[in-house]
Amino acid sequence: MALSTPASGTSLAAAGLAAAPSTQTSNLWRDAWRRLLRNKLAVVGGVTVILLCLVAIFADFIAPYSYTKANFGKIYEFPSREFPLGTDQLGRDVLSRMIYGARVSMLVGLGAQVIIVMIGVPIGLVAGYLGGRVDLLLTRFIDVMYAFPRLLFVILIMSMLGAGLMNIFIAIGLTGWVGIARQTRAQVLSIKEKEFVEGARALGAGFFRTVTKHVLPSALTPIVVSVTFGIPEAIFTEAALSFIGVGINPPTPSWGQMVGENQQYLRSYWHLCVFPSIAIAITMLSFTFFGDGVRDALDPKMK
Amino acid sequence: MLTYTIQRLLWLIPTILAMALVTFLVMHATPGSPLDPVAEGANPLSPEAQKNLAEAYGLDKPLWEQFGIFLGKSLRGDFGQSFVYKTRTVSEILVETFPISLFLGAMALAIAIAGGVTLGILAAVYQNRSWDYVCVSLATLGVSLPNFVLAVFLIVLFSFVIPLFPTGGWGSPRDWVLPAVTLALGPLGIIARFTRSSMVEVIRSDYIRTARAKGLAEQPVVLKHVLKNALIPVVTLLGPMFAAVGTGSFFVESIFRVPGMGRFFVQSMTGRDYPMIMAVVLIYGAFLALMNLLVDLAYGLIDPRIRY
Repeated sequence: MALSTPASGTSLAAAGLAAAPSTQTSNLWRDAWRRLLRNKLAVVGGVTVILLCLVAIFADFIAPYSYTKANFGKIYEFPSREFPLGTDQLGRDVLSRMIYGARVSMLVGLGAQVIIVMIGVPIGLVAGYLGGRVDLLLTRFIDVMYAFPRLLFVILIMSMLGAGLMNIFIAIGLTGWVGIARQTRAQVLSIKEKEFVEGARALGAGFFRTVTKHVLPSALTPIVVSVTFGIPEAIFTEAALSFIGVGINPPTPSWGQMVGENQQYLRSYWHLCVFPSIAIAITMLSFTFFGDGVRDALDPKMK
Repeated sequence: MLTYTIQRLLWLIPTILAMALVTFLVMHATPGSPLDPVAEGANPLSPEAQKNLAEAYGLDKPLWEQFGIFLGKSLRGDFGQSFVYKTRTVSEILVETFPISLFLGAMALAIAIAGGVTLGILAAVYQNRSWDYVCVSLATLGVSLPNFVLAVFLIVLFSFVIPLFPTGGWGSPRDWVLPAVTLALGPLGIIARFTRSSMVEVIRSDYIRTARAKGLAEQPVVLKHVLKNALIPVVTLLGPMFAAVGTGSFFVESIFRVPGMGRFFVQSMTGRDYPMIMAVVLIYGAFLALMNLLVDLAYGLIDPRIRY
């Protein structure tokens, strides 16, 4: 499908708008995929994301040094042949630590989404589909959750559970489901009035079957968009937590932690802070561009 | 309109009460106590000392009673003594630091609105041309980069490479620039993206075609007809945005050494400073709710189609 990109695809958006006349049977997802591939920024973002994932998976083979091994003869070295990105206050290689840092970021970004979807989607589905009292109660609850300063709540949960990767999943999951629940609810509200849902009910489908087989598949688009944007948000939250010092336990490296620990020495040892910052920036931008592409691909009217 | 305002104001009470209760419960459910020694690994205080301290702070009473006392006092603006800054009350500390954060936030929001709307207009007018991509990319940069990453980049660029501004402090107006810009870039990106999509939608509407058909020049069409209508949805963003930016950011304030209230959002948690936790959560919540109310009311004034 990637090869079918026409030569006229000079303008990203023009390409995104043109509904590809195709002889094959087309469905929403295949059309969206085609539109996504035509969006250059999204493709660049997506490829970077895949590269980052590969770095995270194969960190053990790529990293030139160990991320924990101190070398007190070589502390605070600036970038050189031996240490491409310099060394930190314990003489550890910054590049190696950043490579392992990718692992934390990717794990948090993807892992937290699983929890968020598992909490948010059912709540949104039930609230939207049942309506009435249940809906009122759940939306009120969601409103209260919205009123909390998000980061503060995450920190509160983190100090309750203690630092560590698993607890970051839980903290982000427990606070992050609100948005996706809202989206799902809004979508379900309009879908449940459609004829095909009524038809399913008329044919005797029960609550569970109607919701999972008929309502949920049609409500999937905003959920997918929400998840793609949730990934960078989770990565950001982990970086912020580790910056503060309540995220990842040292000596496991995390980009946010590296920036947070070394931000005071920015003037003297800029390399300790700038390289992890660039890594965070590239990751966040790639995911955002990719997410933008996915949204535009799924909802071409928006462009 | 009046009944609507009163209704909304009344809704504030249960919302804030619920927030207070949840925060209170989670806070007390968190392991670790304010009576633990401050230094890590230090010996715990003697049981008598702990008992006396608990009594002095009212921590020995049952939870529901503590909550009741807290509610009663906070209604009179008394949030109690800080557990971390033992000689000062929470209100004293916040009266000093909140205005600084508010001021910084107001500057940031002003930059964000001015820059965001401009970028949004440019992007919409030059839709799908190179200007559009420049503006959208800039906006995406602002939206997706965390504060502290932006702060690092700005310091490296404008303090080290081109020494224009100091790396931190809060004495002269020159110190205000970098923290305000750092804080502004996120909201700026959001406003720009929102303005763009809203403008694009309005440009396609019938009344704009009419305005063009009667021979109006491009500039008045864009500035008078499109912009006025396109900015209405943008206004909704400003409420939560100002609440987030105006209560101070831990990251921006700690990196640029701004003596605002942002740091208490983190310090109070890590230091188990119960009165401070309650105070900052409630200030944020009340501020957010109030801003949302103001925005909704302003909405009714700007857009005559909306009636309450």
